[in-house]
Amino acid sequence: MKPTDSLKPASPARRVLIGAAGAWGAVQLLPGSALAQVPAPFNPNELPPIPAMEEFLAGRRVQFTRMQMDIPRVADNGNSVSLKLGVLGATTPGAVQSIHLFSEKNPVPRMAVFRFSPQSARFDIESRVRLAGTQRVVAIATLANGALHAKVSEVLVAIAACLDGA
Amino acid sequence: MADARIQVPQSVKRGENFEVKIAIRHGMETGYRVDDVGKQIPRNVIRELVCKYNGAEAMRVDMSSGFAANPLLQFWLVARDSGEITFEWVDDAGTRFAERASLTVSG
Amino acid sequence: MSRWFARALRPAFAFASAFIIAIALAAPLHAQERVLPLNELKSGLEFNGADVRNLQGDDFANPGMLWVERGEKLWSTPAGAGGQSCASCHQDAKASMKGVSARYPAFDTQSRRLLNVEGRINACRTEKQKAEAFKPESEDLLALAAYVNHQSRGLPVNASIAGGAREHYDRGRVFYYTRRGQMNMSCATCHEQNFGKRLYAETISQGHPNAYPTYRLEWQTLGSLQRRLRACLFGVRAEQLPYGSQELLDLELFLAWRAQGLPVETPGVRR
Repeated sequence: MKPTDSLKPASPARRVLIGAAGAWGAVQLLPGSALAQVPAPFNPNELPPIPAMEEFLAGRRVQFTRMQMDIPRVADNGNSVSLKLGVLGATTPGAVQSIHLFSEKNPVPRMAVFRFSPQSARFDIESRVRLAGTQRVVAIATLANGALHAKVSEVLVAIAACLDGA
Repeated sequence: MADARIQVPQSVKRGENFEVKIAIRHGMETGYRVDDVGKQIPRNVIRELVCKYNGAEAMRVDMSSGFAANPLLQFWLVARDSGEITFEWVDDAGTRFAERASLTVSG
Repeated sequence: MSRWFARALRPAFAFASAFIIAIALAAPLHAQERVLPLNELKSGLEFNGADVRNLQGDDFANPGMLWVERGEKLWSTPAGAGGQSCASCHQDAKASMKGVSARYPAFDTQSRRLLNVEGRINACRTEKQKAEAFKPESEDLLALAAYVNHQSRGLPVNASIAGGAREHYDRGRVFYYTRRGQMNMSCATCHEQNFGKRLYAETISQGHPNAYPTYRLEWQTLGSLQRRLRACLFGVRAEQLPYGSQELLDLELFLAWRAQGLPVETPGVRR
């Protein structure tokens, strides 16, 4: 082999490969491509696709007017994110039967079910949850008359800056 | 030793809503972590927590690995008679825990 | 003869000036000057988000309080050959332990060694209670350390570097400013030169020890200062020093000196 062999023009096989690579790169730039990674803007009136939640809803519709959820927009750490739940205007005994909490990305999507007694007259809940990465969380209250009220929140969760091996 | 702290108001009037708080020391092991030799640490989270007020179920929570470790829970009950607020919870390992607090109701 | 002298003068000059510059650069290592003036100290709490601050501020929600309560129980639990508890000698911790941990790490003149709170607890355990020492980072040791440090909450950190403590402070200071690890960073690289800046999604703190033992959300449990220091060493890909090693202890003293005046916050909550 001569030293100038590597400077020869690409063989036909190599040309096909380079062409294919270029085409693949061009596809990335196409709008609406399935390979595009730009996330959709957060829509609070849209339920995220969560199979466990859809199973619970069983086709029933939800309203977005009365369920309240207080959760940080940016989590300090996904291991512990403070959460407050409430149902607007629910002040009579038994007004709310239960509140379901669903996660879009956690390995266990059905995070919690809070089941109230018929005597309960105030339906505020406070707790701390774990979130496996940036995602939407859905709280759904089942009222006494069977009506469903939902709240969708998006939480930004980043991993720790420094790996901690201690 | 059931490591949990319960907080109820010092005293409360009959018919009033009062807040109950419980903080539990439990690792809530998700089952997705590995130890330092690469072996998966088995899942062990609290599955269910039941609060009873003088023996009657007042609140039930289905829990999962979605709760933070050392979980905190705050909710409201309606005061009826003086007596006991008890908590019972069970985890994946089958361990049952219980804690209680006294409640004084006036009126 | 004078020609030789002339030729030797230049390198001699160079050597002399290099020597003076070296002394000037090395001088801060021997001085007690503070890179961070006392009136510019900020607790780590200020570099954490609202959720963390609220957690620490609420004594019921603060997960670290679970350990403080456990420590309170252990304080009155008899242990060892004589069946003595901490309370047997120290009575009510709220009185006897008030202000104590704010002075730590402290030089023990009897045994001529530097002790942090965990070391002091274990010294009492083995020498006075004639019981087995707690293992490092064990739940009981953390609980007792959290309980003891909690009695100093609100009081200013005030560790002495006089007398026998001085050589420990000096070594701790050198450690702090020495680059280490694959990333070749010193503690100062982040916590003195870059605090307040973002590292990925986090804001770098000044790295003070005033809230330890602390409930770190990343650990999902309470941990000691030495655990945090080991985590930093891991972070820069340096060899993690063992719990209880002299280097970590000396560093604890330097950190306490550096944080003089900051209020003790134990049990802290950090991300």
